[in-house]
Amino acid sequence: MSLPVLAARDIHKSYGRGATRFDALKGVSLDIQQGESIAIVGKSGSGKSTLMHLLALLDNPSTGSVELSGRDASGLSGRVVNQTRNETFGFVFQQFFLTPNTSVLDNVTLPLQIAGVGGAERKRRGMAVLEQLDLADKARNKATDLSGGQKQRVVIARALVNNPSVIFADEPTGNLDSATGTVVEDILFSLQREKGITLIIVTHDEDLAARCDRRVYIRDGLITDSLHAVPATPAAASTVSEVRA
Amino acid sequence: MNAVDLIRSAVKNSLRSKTRTILTVLSIFIGAFTLTLTSGVGTGINQYIDTTVASIGADDVLTVTKAAEDSSEGPVEYDPAAVAVDSPNSPPGAPRFSLIALTTDDLDAIGAVDGVLSVQPQLSVSPDYVQVAAGTAYEANVGSFIPGMALDLAAGAEPDSDSSDYEVAVPVSFVTPLGFTDDADALGATLTLAITDVTGTQSELAATIVGVSEEGLAGSTAFTANEVLTEALYDAQSVGLSESSKDSYAQAVVRFDPTGAEEDLTTLKAGLSDLGYTGTTVEDQIGSFKAVIDGIVLVLNAFAVIALLAAGFGIVNTLLMSVQERTREIGLMKAMGLGGGKIFGLFSLEAVFIGLMGSAIGVGIGMLAGMGANAVLADTLLADLPGLTLVAFDPASLATIILVVMGLAFLAGTIPALRAARQDPIESLRYE
Ligand SMILES: Nc1ncnc2c1ncn2[C@@H]1O[C@H](COP(=O)(O)OP(=O)(O)OP(=O)(O)O)[C@@H](O)[C@H]1O
Ligand SMILES: [Mg+2]
Repeated sequence: MSLPVLAARDIHKSYGRGATRFDALKGVSLDIQQGESIAIVGKSGSGKSTLMHLLALLDNPSTGSVELSGRDASGLSGRVVNQTRNETFGFVFQQFFLTPNTSVLDNVTLPLQIAGVGGAERKRRGMAVLEQLDLADKARNKATDLSGGQKQRVVIARALVNNPSVIFADEPTGNLDSATGTVVEDILFSLQREKGITLIIVTHDEDLAARCDRRVYIRDGLITDSLHAVPATPAAASTVSEVRA
Repeated sequence: MNAVDLIRSAVKNSLRSKTRTILTVLSIFIGAFTLTLTSGVGTGINQYIDTTVASIGADDVLTVTKAAEDSSEGPVEYDPAAVAVDSPNSPPGAPRFSLIALTTDDLDAIGAVDGVLSVQPQLSVSPDYVQVAAGTAYEANVGSFIPGMALDLAAGAEPDSDSSDYEVAVPVSFVTPLGFTDDADALGATLTLAITDVTGTQSELAATIVGVSEEGLAGSTAFTANEVLTEALYDAQSVGLSESSKDSYAQAVVRFDPTGAEEDLTTLKAGLSDLGYTGTTVEDQIGSFKAVIDGIVLVLNAFAVIALLAAGFGIVNTLLMSVQERTREIGLMKAMGLGGGKIFGLFSLEAVFIGLMGSAIGVGIGMLAGMGANAVLADTLLADLPGLTLVAFDPASLATIILVVMGLAFLAGTIPALRAARQDPIESLRYE
């Protein structure tokens, strides 16, 4: 198999120390290939978000290592890590994190602004991605004035604007009704198919997980199961759609 | 994030919580406003002193006196020679008892000192009265015009020292009493000066009025005569005096090269004091007065700086609240790859911008208030001191105020900015 774009090597993560010490991850190993979609599934508090943050280089594991295209991330300088998060990764967090009193366009182009892209170019790329998500007419509105579903699409637009090769999405449909949720899911999966983006989705929604190439089950900080979906014909999909990894 | 975006974001962020920012700006404004006025008063008074100094004497002139031998502390021993200044040459108000008259020999000795370009006895003349045509006669003081001194003129020109004609400048307060309609009217008129010699004979001299002088702080109400007129008056006054008495002077005027280094002047003074003479420049005489003004201004400035320090804590508080409020936003930006240095820059720029607003408004309104005060005071409290602008503004010191406030704001901003820069993105994103 080719070199995984991201890999976890026996990572442990514990919070606090002494009596209040809590082990959120207790030895997780995982390989993620370029272009695949992977669902991290588990109960609340099982350590899904923690794992995602570690894979996204937002935090350092207590022991073990995260590898970025085969290189140990702990050896990378802060500048390289920042640049990777800015240019290679796109984020959809569990909450919207939209800046209040700031226009939708400015919210969406935040990663470009951080990258130092000039105003005109920023606007062009921001409008292009808003167009893609049917939000062009809301570009001038304040981000906080939108509906929940619209906000979620803005958040996805923000994750896409810098053309990332990996998108991390923490409960991307958690706040949405099922119809809107499906729309958002469709957008994500079509991007994965069309642009070959790697999709890492944290969810406890089985239906969403089922649409991913792979499902990783996590419980109490350990991976309990990993299922590959068969790239099946529509007929076979409903019957024997899963094989043990 | 590039520099333009950084500045624009900082400005935008500072305007996000308007009430809070306005209150902080207001506290800086108060400090900057006060500082503008206090330093303006300092500048104004010192400028006035400087112009007055220029009108009192030239900057290349030393007034030389012979000090009594014992200048140490304690009772002064009797010295029979010390009463020698019992001549008409003792300047008004001079401490007669401690001075020894200068003789021609003294003048020669002074002239031989290194660095002395020329030495002249200071002639002191006291006319009985001045009069224009057959008008009222007034008592008057007459001072000699030393080339290089700048007379603060209301009209006309300075008396010409090279001229062989008798020329005089009259103080502005004498214009009307002498019977002129205005300052210009006085120019070209003939002034009669009467002077009495030791024998009691009164003689009259006629001089042309060439200028009208403003009353300075020290410029008082003296008439300013050119050299030939002073000499003529002195001769008239000295008729009947013994030769030695006529040639004894309270003071001599020494010229030196003003372009030389400060040390040259010190050496010159040392050379004079080795021979028992004391040389003082006009600056020496005025210096102590300036020191008092500077001291007062310093105290006033200190109050303004205390106000600014308090405002600095206001900035710390405002920005700490802002960092707190924007915890999640900071976390998001860090997660998206914004480095800690840029976050630090974002918040310290915000602090500097708040400082700039406060100080610019403070300086601006301070200037307006100062000009208003000048306009009011010039006609009331300070009407007797024409030429004094109480609050004057020097662009360099105004710029310094703004820069200092911005520097202070930056320092105050470092505390919240460091806190923001060190924030852990994950913790910030989990912050509710
Ligand atoms: N900073 C922290 N300090 C202490 N404990 C923490 C900290 N962050 C996370 N935890 C704990 O680690 C465990 C895993 O948290 P995590 O956010 O990964 O859960 P999750 O699987 O994403 O849950 P959910 O589906 O509710 O989002 C939780 O029990 C949580 O309380
Ligand atoms: Mg979570």
